[in-house]
Amino acid sequence: MKRARMSLVQLIGTGLALITLTSATLAQAPAAAPVLAPEALKQPLAGDWTSYSGDYTGQRYSRLTQVTPANVKNLTLAWATRISTDLRGDVATGGEGKGDFPVGQAAMRGTVLEVNGILYATSPDHVWAIDGRDGRELWHFFWKSRGSLHIGNRGAAIWNNSLLFETPDNYLVSIDVRTGKENWHVEIADLDQQYFSTMAPIVVGDQVLVGTGNDLDAPGFLQSFDARTGKRNWIHYTVPMNPGDPGLDTWPSLDAARHGGGQVWVPGVYDPETNLYIFSTGNPTPGYTGISRKGDNLFTCTLMAVNMSTGKMAWYYQTSPHDTHDWDSAQTPVLIDGVIDGKPRKLVSTAARNGYFFTLDRVTGEHIVTAPFGKTINWSKGLRKTGQPEPDPEKSAIVPGSLVSPMEAGVTNWPPPAFNPDLGLFYVAESNSFNILYLTDPDPRGSMGLGGKRWSILGFESNALRAIDYRNGKAVWRREWPQGASMGGGLLTTATGLLFSGDGSGNFVALDAKNGDILWHTRIGSISNAPQTFEIDGRQHVLVGVGDMLYSFAIY
Amino acid sequence: MRVFLAALLAVLSLPIDAAQAPPAYPAQQRGPGDPVLAARGLTLYTSFCRACHGADMRGGDMGGPNLLRSQLVLGDKNGDAIGPVVRAGRVPAAGGTVMPPMPLPDDDVRALAEYMHSVVFTAQPQGAPPPSAAVALNLLVGNARAGERYFKAECASCHSTTGDLAGIGSRVPNIEQLQNNWVSGRRPAAAAPPGPPGPAVSAQTARSTVRVTVTLAGGEQVTGRLVRMDEFTVSLTTDAGDYRSFTRRGTPRVEAVRVDDPLAGHRALWTKLSNKTMHDVTAYLAGLK
Ligand code: HEC
Ligand code: HEC
Repeated sequence: MKRARMSLVQLIGTGLALITLTSATLAQAPAAAPVLAPEALKQPLAGDWTSYSGDYTGQRYSRLTQVTPANVKNLTLAWATRISTDLRGDVATGGEGKGDFPVGQAAMRGTVLEVNGILYATSPDHVWAIDGRDGRELWHFFWKSRGSLHIGNRGAAIWNNSLLFETPDNYLVSIDVRTGKENWHVEIADLDQQYFSTMAPIVVGDQVLVGTGNDLDAPGFLQSFDARTGKRNWIHYTVPMNPGDPGLDTWPSLDAARHGGGQVWVPGVYDPETNLYIFSTGNPTPGYTGISRKGDNLFTCTLMAVNMSTGKMAWYYQTSPHDTHDWDSAQTPVLIDGVIDGKPRKLVSTAARNGYFFTLDRVTGEHIVTAPFGKTINWSKGLRKTGQPEPDPEKSAIVPGSLVSPMEAGVTNWPPPAFNPDLGLFYVAESNSFNILYLTDPDPRGSMGLGGKRWSILGFESNALRAIDYRNGKAVWRREWPQGASMGGGLLTTATGLLFSGDGSGNFVALDAKNGDILWHTRIGSISNAPQTFEIDGRQHVLVGVGDMLYSFAIY
Repeated sequence: MRVFLAALLAVLSLPIDAAQAPPAYPAQQRGPGDPVLAARGLTLYTSFCRACHGADMRGGDMGGPNLLRSQLVLGDKNGDAIGPVVRAGRVPAAGGTVMPPMPLPDDDVRALAEYMHSVVFTAQPQGAPPPSAAVALNLLVGNARAGERYFKAECASCHSTTGDLAGIGSRVPNIEQLQNNWVSGRRPAAAAPPGPPGPAVSAQTARSTVRVTVTLAGGEQVTGRLVRMDEFTVSLTTDAGDYRSFTRRGTPRVEAVRVDDPLAGHRALWTKLSNKTMHDVTAYLAGLK
């Protein structure tokens, strides 16, 4: 289909009649050509946005070149659409609940997929197909929920003609991407055990990877399902579950490990060469009272690689040993083919919520770089020989209060970073905040979940956008936002040297990726869905979400 | 957990979301259960289970694990999972306390299960346990003399213990509040209540005292209270009460923007203060009756 669209673009010069003819043919494409074959997911990000990060690398680096630093000032609104959860018209439904769960407004807070000009947007319990040319809704699917936390949905995945997404009440749902009608659904975690699901599934071949969330001291896991049937292939727990499991010696007991958290709620990246899926895990639990889980608490707050055929861990690197601040490491890592000390290397980099940036060898997990990217972080006593920041126990929640930077939201959070391979720069939103953290439950048994503490938020020292040299972690440039109060929603960079970001004050901004100079902006409200770009009918669109609004910009 | 935090983050950036807080958290999904049955369950729990699993079900001295977060208990329906454990007992794989088999009849198991689920129902958001009796905690651990020395060196340029901060220890008797106030520089009236606050509180409060001077091409200067500022716009209210707003890259050209934030001194403190110094100063201020 991708090739078909490209040829359509080439045809534009040859005459309108021919184009009309081709579009008509496309609309009745033979059933044999799937909307998105799994092989196409290996394409570097260009015309279509086919998975959570656009492609498997997590770079959010688009090869589209219509919009450039020189002409970005001419970007103009192609369309704006309010996505509505109202059940108007012909809405397909599914689900095990009664349909009476109040869902509220739509919230674009993840990724919108784009394939062949059609957009697929999600919000908890809802999926919409939208014509990317003018923002009109094609179909709407509504999931009748059994309940659970409706906190956000990070997007869908497409496998051939199936669209896959997770629901807050822990189902993986497969619907027909052409009609929005359900194929099947399968339970992926236990609602009674208080799991809830938000992650955008990731398709690799015929497998679909799903993760879940939980606040109540439950073990985290990554699961692979058969994209065709919904049958589970494997489950990989992120904490030790049985006597003899690796990492058990980093917990005081098996009971502590089995309640140790490490949820998998943000999509990772995939390296087809090694067949490794690389992702980061959530914080240990109980979150703030480490007293009941002395030790490093593997494999929480860990960047790890899992072999896709077996579901077995190939390597791991814990970016935050024994976290006590709810700073999960669940940020999307980025695959980089780079050069270290003159030698070409296969690398993976991540900017963790705890304020440290890491570069590792992505084949072996060998540590290469650790560098702080939070300007005011004060919770570590220094780096271990392994490059891991050693937590300072004084900076946990303590009864008389501990002055800690950053606050719970972290220096960065799930809004995705970006990497520009032409410039060798890793971009990340940097938030420098302070709070005073009080321990309110000194019970030696520890608290549960995120209980046992109280905080007083002091405010922000600064908020900035940082461009990091992946080879050493040093800032090449840094732009502080005058009064920014949020992380800007995520980043996008392009082959023409552009960088798109929110500024935390309601502006959507295009910057020069080389030096951070501001080239264009428009005030549309706080960006909630990272900017994306794709090409429709020969025109490059830049899409961004603000709450329940989608805005698409283009140059005419 | 992290997702919730992400939601907090979203609230931070999207005021629109604040109105639609999640209706109930997962612990409340099942409903409170039958109070009569649960009361009978409590009696059974007290005689058969409490010694090992604790009065609050969070684990006991005799080695029984926390049952509030037990996945087996959470997944149990009317005793279908709890019953078999009670009847068969448990021998921990790693050794230690053994849970003896207890041949309780079906309706006792049901009552026990009802009670245990009713306790789970009282759990707080984000996996926090049910509220427990308040423990008296001593926040006053600092050395007041060391605090006084620090105050004289670092604070006295802007404050006086006989002037604006006279009697602050009596004015703000709650130690936590006092510490939050002085570190942030917030006045008590504007201070956020304890507990997870609205993230914008401090920024908002700080902003209201920030002054700004905009210098236009030709030298005209406009001064007032800062309303908002980003890379593109700066807005203020003059002392006469007029709202003035400027495009920073427009015409007339804005030559310079100078921000005077009276709390800049406090923000600078955050990067310097150790916990010890913070506690010392708090102890000193608490003594200013
Ligand atoms: C003598 C101490 C003792 C007593 C009395 C006791 N337990 Fe236990 N219980 C334990 C221990 C120890 C374990 C953990 C065994 C292990 O590690 O597998 C346990 C485990 C359990 C579990 C399984 C938890 C899980 O997540 O796997 C349940 C349910 C349970 N107990 C319920 C009860 C109930 C209900 C009672 C009262 C009727 C009771 N217990 C009385 C010591 C006790
Ligand atoms: C550079 C000047 C400056 C310095 C240095 C400074 N403050 Fe402040 N402080 C302020 C300002 C301005 C306010 C806000 C007063 C207001 O709201 O009217 C403030 C507010 C406060 C408040 C709350 C006011 C009240 O009446 O309760 C306290 C308490 C306080 N500061 C204590 C301290 C302490 C203790 C230090 C030293 C560790 C310190 N300040 C250092 C300028 C400063």
